[in-house]
Amino acid sequence: MSAMKTAPENARSRDIKNRWLLSLPALLIIFIAAAGPLLVMLLYSFMAKGDYGDVKFGEFSSEGWFSVFFQRDMFDDTFGLATAHLSIIWRSLQLSFFTTLLTVILGFPTAYFIATRPPSTREIWVFLVTIPFWTNLLIRTFAMQQVIRNEGLLNNALIWLGVISSPLQIMYTDTANLLGMTYVYLPLMVLPLYASIEKLDFRLVEAGYDLYANRFQVLRRIVIPLVMPGIIAGSILVFIPSLGAYVIPRVLGGGKNMMLGNLIEMQFGAGRNWPLGAAMSITLMALVMIALIFYVRNASRSGAGHV
Amino acid sequence: MTALDGINLTIRENEFFTLLGPSGCGKTTLLRLIAGFDFPTTGEILLHGEDIAPLPPFKRPVNTVFQSYALFPHMTVAENIGFGLKMLGKPAAEVKARVDEMLELVHMVPMRDRQVSQISGGQQQRVALARALAPKPKVLLLDEPLSALDYKLRKEMQIELKRVQAETGITFIFVTHDQEEALTMSDRIAVMSTGSLRQVGSPWDIYDRPAERFVADFIGETNFLEADVLSVEGDRARVRLASGTEIPATFPDQTTPSGKVTVVIRPEHARIAGPDSASVQSGTVETVVYLGTDTHIHIRLGDGALFMIRQQNARSGHCGITEGDTVGIELSDDVAQILRD
Repeated sequence: MSAMKTAPENARSRDIKNRWLLSLPALLIIFIAAAGPLLVMLLYSFMAKGDYGDVKFGEFSSEGWFSVFFQRDMFDDTFGLATAHLSIIWRSLQLSFFTTLLTVILGFPTAYFIATRPPSTREIWVFLVTIPFWTNLLIRTFAMQQVIRNEGLLNNALIWLGVISSPLQIMYTDTANLLGMTYVYLPLMVLPLYASIEKLDFRLVEAGYDLYANRFQVLRRIVIPLVMPGIIAGSILVFIPSLGAYVIPRVLGGGKNMMLGNLIEMQFGAGRNWPLGAAMSITLMALVMIALIFYVRNASRSGAGHV
Repeated sequence: MTALDGINLTIRENEFFTLLGPSGCGKTTLLRLIAGFDFPTTGEILLHGEDIAPLPPFKRPVNTVFQSYALFPHMTVAENIGFGLKMLGKPAAEVKARVDEMLELVHMVPMRDRQVSQISGGQQQRVALARALAPKPKVLLLDEPLSALDYKLRKEMQIELKRVQAETGITFIFVTHDQEEALTMSDRIAVMSTGSLRQVGSPWDIYDRPAERFVADFIGETNFLEADVLSVEGDRARVRLASGTEIPATFPDQTTPSGKVTVVIRPEHARIAGPDSASVQSGTVETVVYLGTDTHIHIRLGDGALFMIRQQNARSGHCGITEGDTVGIELSDDVAQILRD
């Protein structure tokens, strides 16, 4: 620092100081609400587990992180991969991927339909799409259970129609998880898709038809590339909560079809292994980030870049 | 509601044909019917004898240059131009060759790999034209393609379009509300209003021999005079003007004028009568408007009507006529046209 500061320079540095002071409350809230809990988790993941839950403060241990991926043999000291954990992580990734795919497939026609209504009726359709948000997630999940259980709406209807003779076992399978998550997260796909389809210049669609592209080619070469930002936004909004889903697999998947969220909950509850739970939580976060980076990169390479 | 009614129109091959009319007259609807974006409730659209009215746009050998250009923003200039051929399943080498040829035609070779957002409005116009021409359509439809360009660029593109049409030999159907544009570019013009055709003919026909008041009024400035038909002989009628002067007049085909009629005379076909020339009518000069190349002289006639003369300023200085003068009007030969009522 030079001792010979000019007056305006002084004023500027005071300005900067003031600016920091003024944004301090916001920064504090961000730190306490977002970074704080994450740091606590990170800290806990590196501590030894307490005997009845909690952690032993100040006692460093990498056991939590170790147990995410590996397990020790009960009798000798050899260790192998924690296949139970890894298969749950793998299943969570798969289910989230297929949930995202299904919501795109179901959400696109829905959003397209809404976006092509006259402007006055569009708002009504958007409003209808958001109605499920008024109801608690748990209740919506139980409603889904009523639909897909053995004596439920779906099975009864199929039997009545003569499609099947005995009820399909959907409850407590991955299919139940997939159906539940697709149902719950569909609006999160429809809304951003609608927003980008609504902005689509339909004269470009006409230009496509004029230049010998049939309906499928217009969809593939003109509509989808142009609404790619909406597809990306929707996929992010669906994939993230899917990967961490807790209530839906708990109610519909039963004990056998756990997802990451349930596994983490177990460590903080019955498992009494907080460091492991903390390490798993951070693993989940890392998975989300890696998946997003891959997805956004691939999606923008396939044509969304030029909008 | 009927947008178009009783349209019966034959467009010739290799013709630069213009649909001219005010906005809302149905010219764009007619174009959209030919393109296949809208379908007629009744009637046929024949292309080389085949009815294309029921075909979707992607099965018609017809391409459009859109008013908004509608270039694909996620593609380069070359990809835009090649799109139609690619959709037709042409091999990549053929598409590339044709794209290069089109870029050459519209002078856009250096812009080949630009994104369409990186080129100017005039250049986008050229790309839109090249894109529509690339698949070698039988008919090219142009929906007010020059309306977004500034005056100078528009003039340039008018000549450019004419050149491209001559070079490619493709039938152009051009929609515009700009009468000057229509007169400059067209082989034939169809004037439309309120969903029907008012007159179809060469620019000369439309301008000098308007068939009805709407056409005469819409295109250029016109003097309307009341007259009585005295006799009809061949394709000329003799009419008596309000002043009592008798002049010959032409009339629209398939009509036989009689009784009271309206006669139109273009302002540039009339002059201030000299001391020894025959005046058809006289009046008082009301206003003299100097316009640089021309002078407009508005004359109040004896019967109260206003008559305008457009006089070219062949010499510098004042034209010598001032407001309040009493003058006679002299007509060039064979310039009066009787309107259909």
